[in-house]
Amino acid sequence: MPAFPKTWLWGLLAAAFLIPLLRPLLPDLVSDYRLFLVSTMIIASIAVLGLNLLTGFNGQISLGHSAFYAVGAYTAAILMDKLDMPYYATLPIAAVVCFIVGYLFGLPALKLEGHYLALATFALALSVPQILKYKWLEDLTGGVQGIVLSKPEVPFGLPLTEDQWLYYYCLVIMVLLYWAAANILNSRSGRAMMAIRDQYLAADTMGIDTSLYKTVTFGISAAYTGIAGALSASAIAFVAPDSFNFFLSIKFLIGLVVGGVGSLAGSVVGGIFYVLVDNSAQALSTFVKNDLGLPFDLSAYTVFGILLIVLMYLMPMGVVGGVYYLARSMRTMRGPQAKEQATLKQRVSG
Amino acid sequence: MKTNRRTFVGGLSAAAMLSGSRVAFAQKKYDDGATDKEIKIGHTNPYSGPASSYGVIGKAEQAYWKGVNDRGGINGRMINFISLDDGYSPPKTVEMVRQLVEQDKVLCLFNTLGTPTNTAIHKYVNQKKIPHLFVATGASKWGHYKEFPWTMGYQPDYHTEAVIYAKHILANIKDAKIAVLMQNDDYGKDYWEGFKDGLGKEVSRVVKHVTYEVTDPTVDSQVIQLKDSGANVFFNISIPKFAAQSMRKAANIDWKPAIYLNNVSGQVTTTMKPAGFENVQGVITAAWLKDPTDHQWDNDEEMKTWREWMAKYNPNGNLGDVNYVYAYSVCYLMEQTLKKCGDNLTRENLMHQAASHQKLRVPGLLPGITVSTGPTDYYPVQALQLQRFKGETWELFGDIMHAESS
Repeated sequence: MPAFPKTWLWGLLAAAFLIPLLRPLLPDLVSDYRLFLVSTMIIASIAVLGLNLLTGFNGQISLGHSAFYAVGAYTAAILMDKLDMPYYATLPIAAVVCFIVGYLFGLPALKLEGHYLALATFALALSVPQILKYKWLEDLTGGVQGIVLSKPEVPFGLPLTEDQWLYYYCLVIMVLLYWAAANILNSRSGRAMMAIRDQYLAADTMGIDTSLYKTVTFGISAAYTGIAGALSASAIAFVAPDSFNFFLSIKFLIGLVVGGVGSLAGSVVGGIFYVLVDNSAQALSTFVKNDLGLPFDLSAYTVFGILLIVLMYLMPMGVVGGVYYLARSMRTMRGPQAKEQATLKQRVSG
Repeated sequence: MKTNRRTFVGGLSAAAMLSGSRVAFAQKKYDDGATDKEIKIGHTNPYSGPASSYGVIGKAEQAYWKGVNDRGGINGRMINFISLDDGYSPPKTVEMVRQLVEQDKVLCLFNTLGTPTNTAIHKYVNQKKIPHLFVATGASKWGHYKEFPWTMGYQPDYHTEAVIYAKHILANIKDAKIAVLMQNDDYGKDYWEGFKDGLGKEVSRVVKHVTYEVTDPTVDSQVIQLKDSGANVFFNISIPKFAAQSMRKAANIDWKPAIYLNNVSGQVTTTMKPAGFENVQGVITAAWLKDPTDHQWDNDEEMKTWREWMAKYNPNGNLGDVNYVYAYSVCYLMEQTLKKCGDNLTRENLMHQAASHQKLRVPGLLPGITVSTGPTDYYPVQALQLQRFKGETWELFGDIMHAESS
């Protein structure tokens, strides 16, 4: 899939940076709660990007990314709570810790493929919340009760609210991480990663060190999701083992698939998607029960399921894939010359 | 604009009206969530999940506020009671409360249920200065008015209750060997600390202490461990689902200790019946509410009014479930508190009114127990009476014990 058009990208970035500044003018539209919501979407898209690097670009399935998210979140929480570290300093440490954990998990995972790898990561996702609740670690992790934290304070006396600051903090981190990911993917290493995904045997035969790339990708992917977890610890100001259950892994996967596997823009869409559905599920359920009078109890899972089925029929390549095909078919509708131009363009940009 | 008599008179009367109404407005004060027409109250409750037996409390409260609205509301304002499901999961409660405070902009939070769940939002609501009233948990920390001036409890605190059990055991059971089953969170720990304090020097009488997680499916293995310790007293700190499971299991493996059950599971319908009436004879717990299955209240005036309310607003509700009495009593207290606010519906005034009840008689509380609060007393109910399970209901015994909690 072609890269996102550059002009659009700059336009979106500008909008993302400028709109929250409009808060004093439109306090209801650009409310603190909405900014907080968008911050969680940004965090979700970083987490989905992590999964995308592994599954979309490297072909290793993972049902265990909630574990890396949890490790990142708890690393940040413990550092902030026990060592009084400032919130921004926890990010690099959480990234390193999660990279190590991901790398170490990637080593035995080399021997596993397809559904065996899925099962192994599934086991990881199930075990991490239990480990967090473990009695011997309770002093460190706060056990079932979790750890209550404080939200990041606005620095340098800037005239921003806490939620505005949080939004900018998350946005800057996201832009940096996406830029880094785009660079990795456009480099030799990126092409090696994708070669491993597309034709493992050919890649191996060509001399690509597949074991190295696979384990390092696991590490990087875990680091990305771990940073997202560390950000969420600051954003929600609370970590508890029950927030990092297996269903979170599924949500990442859903976000990945709905957004578009193997697409950076797809990760953003995926992150936005699953946060939106999660949040509106309650409102939807009350709407269905009270306003439509149906005797159904809609939960987030039901909505996810229905939307997923619909999307898989309409846009099997995810939202981004669907948009791309729509754009292409619109271009070809302009005439056979346009169609030729379009296919030529595609062949060149690949 | 040409100034003729008509416009002059029109302008003057408009000015007079505006200034007049401004005088009237000055006496009404509102914070977010309160208007001339309505008061928004936020609530979270476990309608699903391991503590869903408490879901009836939320339903009963919705019914109560509907009844209040049918009677014309409070001081002419309708109550908009927004109740959300948190599944007894602290992260979900944080999410729901954020939504209630920042999106729905409620005036206050009322009777949010659960110790771990309320702990997760404790700091947040105090930072945001949202009245966090009559929380549905008895942990002693809800009375710390200095550090958390916006949070107030309701039921007698767990620490005091456990002290009462400890003292009763020491006074009545010779050579007591105590086994404790405890839910592994703040609620369980609060009871456990109180129990240890109550035992004092005799704390070594606890021969076995096991815990369980609220997400565990059963507590069978824990009960077996307790039996193997050879204890003859069982202090059961668990919520209804696990209390019923543990007492049934104890009977099944032929372990018959003297059982002391925490008050939060002292319901006939949700704990004692599922445990099996034949397995729970003689179980002791503390009470502060009238249990509707206790026949001595059959002709009681307050309980008659309660039954009428049940018939009208909760026709499908179980008349034997004391959770409904609990809900009725705490809503009554909230109604009185809101009434006392009059037209000054600021959050500060609401807290002030909540902290100034003098021996208020709340229907449903045992005779002799009243609600008293003050600027330094954030524990509304501080009295208990012990009761023993006999037949298919509870039998009160002894005197009402008034406690000064720490």
